[in-house]
Amino acid sequence: MDIFLQQLINGLVLGSVYALVALGYTMVYGILELINFAHGEITMMGAMVALAVAGALALAAPGLPGVLVLGAGLAVAIPVCVALGLVIERVAYRPLRHAPRLAPLITAIGVSIILQNVAMLIWGKQYIPFPAILPEGRHHVLGATISDIQVAILVLALLIMLALVMVVQKTRLGRAMRATAQSRQVASLMGVDVNRVIAATFAIGSALAAVAGVMVSAYYGLAHYYMGFLLGLKAFSAAVLGGIGNLRGAMLGGLLLGLIESFGAGYIGDLTGGFLGSNYQDVFAFFVLIAVLVFRPSGLLGARVVERA
Amino acid sequence: MSSGPKSRWLTFGLFALGLALLPFLVDAGMGRSWVRLLDLALLYVMLALGLNIVVGYAGLLDLGYVAFYALGAYVYAWLASPQFGLHLPFWAILPLGAALAALFGVLLGTPTLRLRGDYLAIVTLGFGEIIRIFMNNLNAPVNITNGPQGINLIDPVRLGGFSLSQSHQLLGITFTGVHLTYYLFLLFTLAVIFISMRLEDSRIGRAWVAIREDEIAAAATGINTRNLKLLAFAMGATFGGLAGGLFASFQGFISPESFNLMESIMILCMIVLGGMGHIPGVIFGAILLTLLPEALRYTGDWQRSLFGHVYVDPADLRMLLFGVALVAVMLYRPAGLLPSRRRRREFADAEA
Amino acid sequence: MTGHKLGWMVVAAALLAGCGDKTQQHGDSPVVLIGQASPLTGPQAHLGKDNENGVRLALDEINAAGLTLGGRKVTLELKSEDDGADPKTATTVAQKLVDEGVVGVIGHLNSGATIPASKIYSDNNVPQISPSATAVAYTAAGYKTAFRVMTNDAQQGSVLGNYAVTKLGAKKVAIIDDRTAYGQGLADEVEKAVKAAGGEVVAREYTSDRSTDFMAILTSIKGKRPDLVFFGGMDPQGAPMVKQMRQLGMKATFLGGDGVQTPKFIELAGADAEGVVASNPGLPLDAMPGGAAFKAKFEAKYGQIQNYAPYAYDAMHVLVAAMKRADSSDPAKYLAELPKTDYEGVTGRIRFDAKGDLAGGAVTLYQVKGGKWQPLETVKSGT
Repeated sequence: MDIFLQQLINGLVLGSVYALVALGYTMVYGILELINFAHGEITMMGAMVALAVAGALALAAPGLPGVLVLGAGLAVAIPVCVALGLVIERVAYRPLRHAPRLAPLITAIGVSIILQNVAMLIWGKQYIPFPAILPEGRHHVLGATISDIQVAILVLALLIMLALVMVVQKTRLGRAMRATAQSRQVASLMGVDVNRVIAATFAIGSALAAVAGVMVSAYYGLAHYYMGFLLGLKAFSAAVLGGIGNLRGAMLGGLLLGLIESFGAGYIGDLTGGFLGSNYQDVFAFFVLIAVLVFRPSGLLGARVVERA
Repeated sequence: MSSGPKSRWLTFGLFALGLALLPFLVDAGMGRSWVRLLDLALLYVMLALGLNIVVGYAGLLDLGYVAFYALGAYVYAWLASPQFGLHLPFWAILPLGAALAALFGVLLGTPTLRLRGDYLAIVTLGFGEIIRIFMNNLNAPVNITNGPQGINLIDPVRLGGFSLSQSHQLLGITFTGVHLTYYLFLLFTLAVIFISMRLEDSRIGRAWVAIREDEIAAAATGINTRNLKLLAFAMGATFGGLAGGLFASFQGFISPESFNLMESIMILCMIVLGGMGHIPGVIFGAILLTLLPEALRYTGDWQRSLFGHVYVDPADLRMLLFGVALVAVMLYRPAGLLPSRRRRREFADAEA
Repeated sequence: MTGHKLGWMVVAAALLAGCGDKTQQHGDSPVVLIGQASPLTGPQAHLGKDNENGVRLALDEINAAGLTLGGRKVTLELKSEDDGADPKTATTVAQKLVDEGVVGVIGHLNSGATIPASKIYSDNNVPQISPSATAVAYTAAGYKTAFRVMTNDAQQGSVLGNYAVTKLGAKKVAIIDDRTAYGQGLADEVEKAVKAAGGEVVAREYTSDRSTDFMAILTSIKGKRPDLVFFGGMDPQGAPMVKQMRQLGMKATFLGGDGVQTPKFIELAGADAEGVVASNPGLPLDAMPGGAAFKAKFEAKYGQIQNYAPYAYDAMHVLVAAMKRADSSDPAKYLAELPKTDYEGVTGRIRFDAKGDLAGGAVTLYQVKGGKWQPLETVKSGT
């Protein structure tokens, strides 16, 4: 039981990180039908910028409380990532809005290679340790352990997701976003400034990525210019699992993927009588993904969009 | 070039002569490593043309294409290396590898027929990863793939008494292994190009284009979309399996890390960058993306000749410039560098 | 179509315009080219750069001291190439180095890149010394040009597994590997040695060389209550792994190989690094005659040593020592001298066995105490 509970906590924490990153993919996809492959790299940039700020603060004002340092890191990382997201949208995606469908996919891959290498030139090839500035309190629940930082990730992710749903459901911007997602042309006829809505979408997605990046590097204690690739890939899978283009789907997909990975790695050996081990955990995760998509071709919560030409 | 048949034959003859002499020109002018790259470029031409059938003709976004490449390579390694002590001749193994890849193509295609664009992309991506993970882990309980250690000492292609890993004297000219490999790969590449061209003009090819443009309309006109999609997967996979077998024999060593997702993405980049669905474009894209990262190794020399000093380590700059090139090409030529006439027209329509 | 073909030839020619100077001018002071290949981009770029710096340091020293071969003063020049830790790129790079006329190669870093490249060096009769490839398969292929100055997985793994049971007193051992050629190779040897020494392997789990989350496998391992967890892999995974172990309240000893025995590991794992045990081939740097001096020289020039720089440095010296004995930089002549190597390097005494493996290499175990790696014991490897 304690092991089960522990795996549940592991999965939920991992899943909330995936969900936060997945939201960025899904928002952009919902509006532009574009897989923003560079999104994982924006997450990485967020982590790197926050780290640089934390490092500078540690030198300039040692003894500052950890939460404050992290807050300062976030306060710089978020605007930087937002700016980055806007620039990428403006330079690499907007000119291609009417191009053949795969063209923006290639620019996205190109942008992601560029971001990786720029980060490598700025911050070097090393893994960078995240300073241990956060309290490392541990709590024991029914034999399982949960740390302060895990609690913080869960709470923060939940709050951000709630806020995002509120924005999309209740505000003018949210309404404009939903309208644009339905039909860009009609929305613009109705007086929606489509370019602004798309820019806002990139800005929000990038801000979320920054938060996720900082959380990930604080949690695992390191950052590296290559870290965005795998995280982005997992988050993208999560978005598709939930039904890409659907906000709740991204959250559900992220959490589910985290849980699948956690329980998959933990129990696959017992389930298969020791025939398969945790080396097949990704197979397990992809298998569930494929199975879900075969039975629900638009993802778990995806709308059944009529086949487009 | 719409002149008479005579000048066309002349062009063709010159072209053939050029292809035949190319490795020697390259060797003399740029060094043997570039002949080796030429071999690799031909391999990627085959792969790109294979993926082009799936993505370019039938419009099915496949991000796991490298799985078929891996299958072909492993079949070759199993049947011609000390791994199982088997040393079958290459002409027996290559068709087997291609056939197994085709079978897996159908296996992948069947459950995914209902999926559209991006969902299909993620499922194929998953399939590619699953194959790679199995290759990486099937060293226990029974050692099939030798796991992450890979399979070494794979037999080179032997034709009669000729081994393609050694130099041979022929008519007073020395043909090294990489030269001979070039001719073998060229032969296969020409065959793949020929098949692609015939497919493009056939009923099947036109049906694929119909499916790509509008699947519902295609089905309404009586096209069996299910079988045709499966055929696209199988055909593409066949070329992938063939290229995989050739790769295993060429490199002499394979391990799962050669068949990762980035490889699939690169092949996709080749066809999109070159011009999807257009054979010359795809060939151009494959050659360009194989050679470009290598050419960018020389940025140190360029910097030195421009500024008299190396400012940024060429190794650090190489991938950055590669990324910039990808973005720049797409921004200025979104339909690819050599788009087909149809694509160019589509793009012009969208612009209007 | 012909027009297009011509088009790409023009483009290709333009691209390559800058790469004409591939043959060096052999003037009054003949230049001898030495190759170095390692990943200089990608996730392992920091290790690749470390190897390059190690080679460069040795090369600069040799040049500064002056090298005379066959009665002529020669200058060594380094040709360093990025193999991206990728097998295919490694063969391209190997061919490129051979083309450029290198007389010997230090590299590559990863076994996966070293093995396919070794075939090309062998075909072209270019001696190759890898400072860091540990897979048994590298020298098992039987190429006469292939050497390494690092113990292989079998040698190091057997020492590690035996030490875990007999010296660290572990009865129940859990083993994790990162499914790379290095991690899996080492972990398999440790598993064998643990069993041979009478220990019990209670769990065998796996991760990847890109992961940072190990909570799931650690939770599963925790349920089996091991005394010791061995990890076959590198520091970027090892550090978060030990942190997560402690977070889950696991008190088992954490044991690693040379991929973990790095300053970076301590930096990344912070306070949780305390008590971790890991091995590295050879003697401790400080215990070697030239160790402290090497460290000071290296760090003054390139900053902290990552991991394999001392091996790369030694490999370079071993290569040149063979040239000196043969009094020639011609591989056809000095290759015969390499198997006779007996060199006191920074990393220990270097001799080769019949396969080109490091003979009778010692393995030193270290433990993190007070935020530093402290040597525990040096063990002679059996093979």
